[in-house]
Amino acid sequence: MEHETFYTDLLCVGAGLAGERVAIEAAAAGFDAILLSLVPARRSHSCAAEGGMQAALGNCAMGEGDSPDVHFADTVKGSDWGCDQECARIFADTAPIAVREAAHWGMPWNRVVAGKAKYWKGGEEFEAEEKKEKHGLITARAFGGTAKWRTCYTADGTGHTLLYTLDNKITSLGVHVHDRVEAISLIHDGENCMGCVARDLKTGKLRVYLAKATLIATGGYGRLYSETTNTVINEGGGHIIALDTGLVPFGNPEAVQFHPTGVVPTNILVTEGCRGDGGTLLDVDEKRFMDKYEPAKAELASRDVVSRWMMYHIAQGKGVPSPYGDHLWLDIRHLGEKHITTKLREVYDLCRHFLGVNPITQLIPVRPAQHYSMGGVRTNSDGAAYGLKGLFSAGESSCWDMHGFNRLGGNSLAETIVAGRHVGIKVAEFLKGAEVTFKTELATQALAADAERIERLVRGADGNENVYAIKDAMQQVMMDKVGIFRNGDDLQAAVDTLREIYAKALKIGLKSNGIGANPELALALKMPGMVRLAICVAYGAQMRTESRGCHARDDYPARNDRDWLNRTLAYWTDLEADLPELKYEPSTQVMYLPPGDRGYGKTEIIPMDAPKED
Amino acid sequence: MSRTLKFNIFRFNPEDPNSVPHTDTFTLEETPSLTLFIALNKIREEQDPSLIFDFACRMAICGSCGMIINGRPGLACKTLTSELPTEITLMPLPVFKLVGDLSVDTGTWFRETNTKIESWIHNDQDFDAQAIEERMENDLANAIFELERCIECGCCVASCGTANMRPDFVGAFALNRIARFIMDPRDQRTNSEYFEVVGNDQGVFGCMGLLACEDVCPREIPLQDQLGILRRKMAFQGLKNLFKPKVTGRERRF
Repeated sequence: MEHETFYTDLLCVGAGLAGERVAIEAAAAGFDAILLSLVPARRSHSCAAEGGMQAALGNCAMGEGDSPDVHFADTVKGSDWGCDQECARIFADTAPIAVREAAHWGMPWNRVVAGKAKYWKGGEEFEAEEKKEKHGLITARAFGGTAKWRTCYTADGTGHTLLYTLDNKITSLGVHVHDRVEAISLIHDGENCMGCVARDLKTGKLRVYLAKATLIATGGYGRLYSETTNTVINEGGGHIIALDTGLVPFGNPEAVQFHPTGVVPTNILVTEGCRGDGGTLLDVDEKRFMDKYEPAKAELASRDVVSRWMMYHIAQGKGVPSPYGDHLWLDIRHLGEKHITTKLREVYDLCRHFLGVNPITQLIPVRPAQHYSMGGVRTNSDGAAYGLKGLFSAGESSCWDMHGFNRLGGNSLAETIVAGRHVGIKVAEFLKGAEVTFKTELATQALAADAERIERLVRGADGNENVYAIKDAMQQVMMDKVGIFRNGDDLQAAVDTLREIYAKALKIGLKSNGIGANPELALALKMPGMVRLAICVAYGAQMRTESRGCHARDDYPARNDRDWLNRTLAYWTDLEADLPELKYEPSTQVMYLPPGDRGYGKTEIIPMDAPKED
Repeated sequence: MSRTLKFNIFRFNPEDPNSVPHTDTFTLEETPSLTLFIALNKIREEQDPSLIFDFACRMAICGSCGMIINGRPGLACKTLTSELPTEITLMPLPVFKLVGDLSVDTGTWFRETNTKIESWIHNDQDFDAQAIEERMENDLANAIFELERCIECGCCVASCGTANMRPDFVGAFALNRIARFIMDPRDQRTNSEYFEVVGNDQGVFGCMGLLACEDVCPREIPLQDQLGILRRKMAFQGLKNLFKPKVTGRERRF
């Protein structure tokens, strides 16, 4: 079979911030690393992160008194006690180091300017005094669910600048990036992961990558939904190849976050920094409403809470009618031209270009849209995947699990380089002790299996189902029935429909010839896997009979710590089946912060020690 | 009233021995706020699943979808069809190697060029995890960000007369990048070292001054200003080099 084979110490599937940050550690420790990327690395979805990343530096006036302890507590509360507290602890402690390290590598973080500064909060202006001794240090802005101003930023292009900084760093270290290459299956012997089979998206040719350690860092699975802020490449590719081994579990698949401010109708994101910097949400009467629902935090409650209240408010008849359905307004006009054209520059540009709206003088139409995948490849605190030795995961693709059931804004970008740094060190340690025998027979088998899949798709051997129709049907079910508010009936219907869609997904036949960079083939190869992921999300949500963070059940409105202070582990052990096997493990092994009230989002809580009902 | 749009799209699949370069025509009914991103996806999903093109973020910040739109390089995601006549001709960007149809290999080109110009902070100091960060003026951080906003979409390179004629010209993007590093105190390279990288025909002195790069930049980066500043700096450095004996052991040019 015509193919190329590559050997390396570390294979990173995915070359966004997390993948690159892990590769930097491996390369710095003297190991060879290859990164695979669906697109040129600098086009990874990491570049789209706008508002910033949380790290408790405590430099700016409104961040005074901040510490990793406070950051840790905010993160656990944000997760609605669904997170692994050991990881949240490592995360909060490492974040300030990772931010400063990025500065050392060239990241142009915005800085403290000494003297009086004007701030906006909830549409009102107030003043603070930035200290002289902090002048020139890295500053921060407010984000939702945080006790202090902690989100470090470069205007609202933080992800872009950080990604370019890290990509420059790996270029200087001689790390190899193979861009436009898609991993389509993992090579393993049931115990050890040895790399992957991949398809070259420029030529269509297959490749074998054999590696001592393999990292999955492929971002989220937002494209399971029709209305998402995610880039078109966030289709869960890394999750699919891990789940397909039958050995690696998909942790908390049902934990899917909706962001309050997707722009209507395109779902392009406007950063939480808009609300952090003092922007307000208005209804059809151009009146604020979040301050009524959440008197303490208002627009700056966590994303799950704000998204729910927005949908609730629309359901009360307070939405703004439009051809694309009802929406609400985001108002940043009072921040003024200078602020909007500097600190919110990307927002300024995208509103004008995509909406024809000038946010200095006009309101921005917004509505919650799918945004973040808290669930992912389940790993331990070292980033090592459950089920296969030599397989790691970091960033949004992983369920390292510092986010639990709701991620705080600014904690995602932070996770990429903080977890990336931590997991990278652990991967380098693993590589130092690694003695690997590559079983070429396994690689040949995996390659042959994938070549056969392709051949059958091209020939239409299994049927002639249209891959795009299947994708549309799946995305619509997920949006309609597995969205912000969930209930048992809808979830049952979703699972039933998805199982029907899955049967069709196994009968896809190509309409085109599949030669070269053929995009239809690329989608057809992962479509059954995408439907499997969607079934994990819907089925996990159906079984979880409580409300926690972003998982809001109308029929089970209480957070049930007695029965559900745990993490879903979805295994697709039986490849003939159309449902995963669900297991559960405790959310956290160490409990630094026992479950309690988050301080926002009025939810009923069934405590851990509540007596069982009959 | 809705318009019927006619798309003339360049087609060629270099991996298919039966493929010859040609133009295919597709028609589509225009809908409100239709962008080329939506239009091309509709054509692929409903009319020709083999059509190759690139998008990722679809919000003008990743740089994937540069193409020639009615003769002019631009980002397809932020181009509304309402800004165009009913006949829309789409071609792949020149200079870059063709992957197929409207897709070109920008990744390899930019990585090679970034490696050539050593697009990273040159600093001998190790990072100290215990120390607080070096201070920087906020105005400087903002000024660096202004140039750092380049998304390497390739529009400036595709529109450049020199880049279209000589494959080793680094393009406006690279000169902008070097200007960004010169501005940054963390990069300890001297003007003389920058001269080694861009003080030649492949760099600042190769530019013919046609100004198209700045005209087509979707990020509205002041590329010509940067070129001007850099050129003066490098010309001055070149003069200084004339009167300075080389210590590098390299052969002198004059």
